[in-house]
Amino acid sequence: MAQVLATTLVVASLYALLAAGYVLVYRASRVLNLAQGDMLTLGGYLLFAVAANVGGGPVLAIPVAAALAALTGFLIYLVLMRPMAGHPVFAAVLVTVTLGILLRAAIVLVFTDQIRHPAQLLGLGNPPRRLPGGAVVSTFDVLTVLTAAALFAGLFLFLRLSPLGIQMRAAGERALLASQRGIDFHRLFALAWALAALSGALAGILYSSNVRLEPSLDVLGLKAFAVALVGGLDSLGGVIPAAILVALIEVLTVRYGNPLLSDVSPFLCLLAMLLVRPWGLFGTREELERV
Amino acid sequence: MALGGGYFKTTYASDLALVDTRLRRVALAALVAALLVLPRLTSSFVLDLAAQVALAAIGALALNVLTGLAGQISLGHAGFICAGAFTTAALVEYGVRSPWAALAGAAAVGAALGLMVGIPSLRLRGLYLALGTLAMHHVVLYVASELQSRWGANTGYSIPPPRVGALTLRGTVTWYYVLTGLAALTLCFAANLQRSRAGRAWMAIRDREIAAASVGIDVARYKVLAFVCSSMVTSVAGALFAFQRGFVSVEAFGFLVTVEYIAMIIIGGLGSALGAVLGAAFVTLLPYVIDALVAGLKLQAGAEYYLFPAKFGAFGLLMALFLVFEPQGLVGIWRRVRNWFLLWPFRYRPLRSTS
Repeated sequence: MAQVLATTLVVASLYALLAAGYVLVYRASRVLNLAQGDMLTLGGYLLFAVAANVGGGPVLAIPVAAALAALTGFLIYLVLMRPMAGHPVFAAVLVTVTLGILLRAAIVLVFTDQIRHPAQLLGLGNPPRRLPGGAVVSTFDVLTVLTAAALFAGLFLFLRLSPLGIQMRAAGERALLASQRGIDFHRLFALAWALAALSGALAGILYSSNVRLEPSLDVLGLKAFAVALVGGLDSLGGVIPAAILVALIEVLTVRYGNPLLSDVSPFLCLLAMLLVRPWGLFGTREELERV
Repeated sequence: MALGGGYFKTTYASDLALVDTRLRRVALAALVAALLVLPRLTSSFVLDLAAQVALAAIGALALNVLTGLAGQISLGHAGFICAGAFTTAALVEYGVRSPWAALAGAAAVGAALGLMVGIPSLRLRGLYLALGTLAMHHVVLYVASELQSRWGANTGYSIPPPRVGALTLRGTVTWYYVLTGLAALTLCFAANLQRSRAGRAWMAIRDREIAAASVGIDVARYKVLAFVCSSMVTSVAGALFAFQRGFVSVEAFGFLVTVEYIAMIIIGGLGSALGAVLGAAFVTLLPYVIDALVAGLKLQAGAEYYLFPAKFGAFGLLMALFLVFEPQGLVGIWRRVRNWFLLWPFRYRPLRSTS
């Protein structure tokens, strides 16, 4: 039982990190970033590249990789998403799909599709830790939970207290009014993309250090997408309970059902949510009418 | 050159005709003749490509009905294809000999799935609907992989070539004729559907749902109808895929297939049947064109490894370029070029035609 809870928490943290990216971009620009899964692989491969070429140990490599990922997010907005302003939202969503394809192609071109282990390259071990209650998790599992908690705490403080964060909330709530008050949308959107890339890359850095790194990891992004919708696409706070719920269902199906079914269980949650309460657990109801 | 003005019709029959001027009739006859004699002129490789294009065109035309005409976004196209292919595989596996019965079964399953996705579409709009179809894709793939791992041989189902009457459909040339013929049939169906009551209702719903409802269009009924029509044809395309390849496996129906079909209708030009066919040809042939180009470059050994990601990237790049710079797609380019030649030395038509 303790093991189930611990595993759920770890999986939920990973999903929450990824889903935060969906929600940040969606709240800012109503665009669904279907390339979020590739942000995860991007983060992992950036870590691998930094570890292989620069070295300097994990203390240097991990922050550098995360910063590079945030920079990539910023550039993606500048090059690909900004020209889509004023186009239909669906076209912008399709551009994110092509972005995913491009990122994946670039990753395979540069790094090939072999399985990699960036943590070994950095000389990091991953010893198991025994938790009170008898559950055993790996060190990077613990780090994943801590990172997710830190990221969410940081995001909440940022959105609640800093002027930029307040502008971001305003833009998400009433775009027209916010722009009339002189809020620079493009700066906010670029920031949202950078933060989304950062949170996705953190998930990628942790997951690739914990398990393995390969280009097909982007499937995780689609699962996390179910989490974002169950929580409500425009609700950052909804991500946490939704991630725990979806992860719990997935872990329970692995344990008591079969693994094939567990792979689709997030999508079954998504379908059920769409039928019962399409705006999600904590989303705004009008959101559905607006799109 | 007489291409028909689009706004000057003297008889009801000429208004109904799909091909209305002599030049168009001659061009169409030449195209049909060229397609008929193609097997005598080219290698079986080219014929196989043509068959692939025809199959993709059927799927793209079906998606175009849903996304281009009715404006309902689907991210689950590969799921519908998969459903058709696996229904066929399962039916053949359990002793259904007649390909007609298998096709009918696939169509029925497709229609049922379309109904299942279509009904939530009454409540959901835009992105939320796209998500529902995406989830549906994964559920269909799950059911298919369960089928495959429980009852099929673990890697997939193999399907013997179907027999229609005394004829066994086998070999490149036969499948070229079958698929090209069916694609032509689907093209006629789609072109006529677009002009019919349903097609006009779908376009009205796409452009402004509330306005459509206020002129008396039963929005709910036509939305569900669009889903059912589209997924039925898509499923049949999946069944044809299964018969042609003779082998069905879940791996062939990933999310990338959906993206490819969406790319087809976007690169071709949304809402146009001709665009769907052009887009299908473009997206299907693109990797082979890149292959040919690279073969011409004579790269050193070891470069083949980079070919696959390069193709993949070129595909993504082209799709992004079309989305950003040419939302009308290939059809838009074709119309501009044609009009330039037709109207030269003038720059505009006296009245905008619908064609």
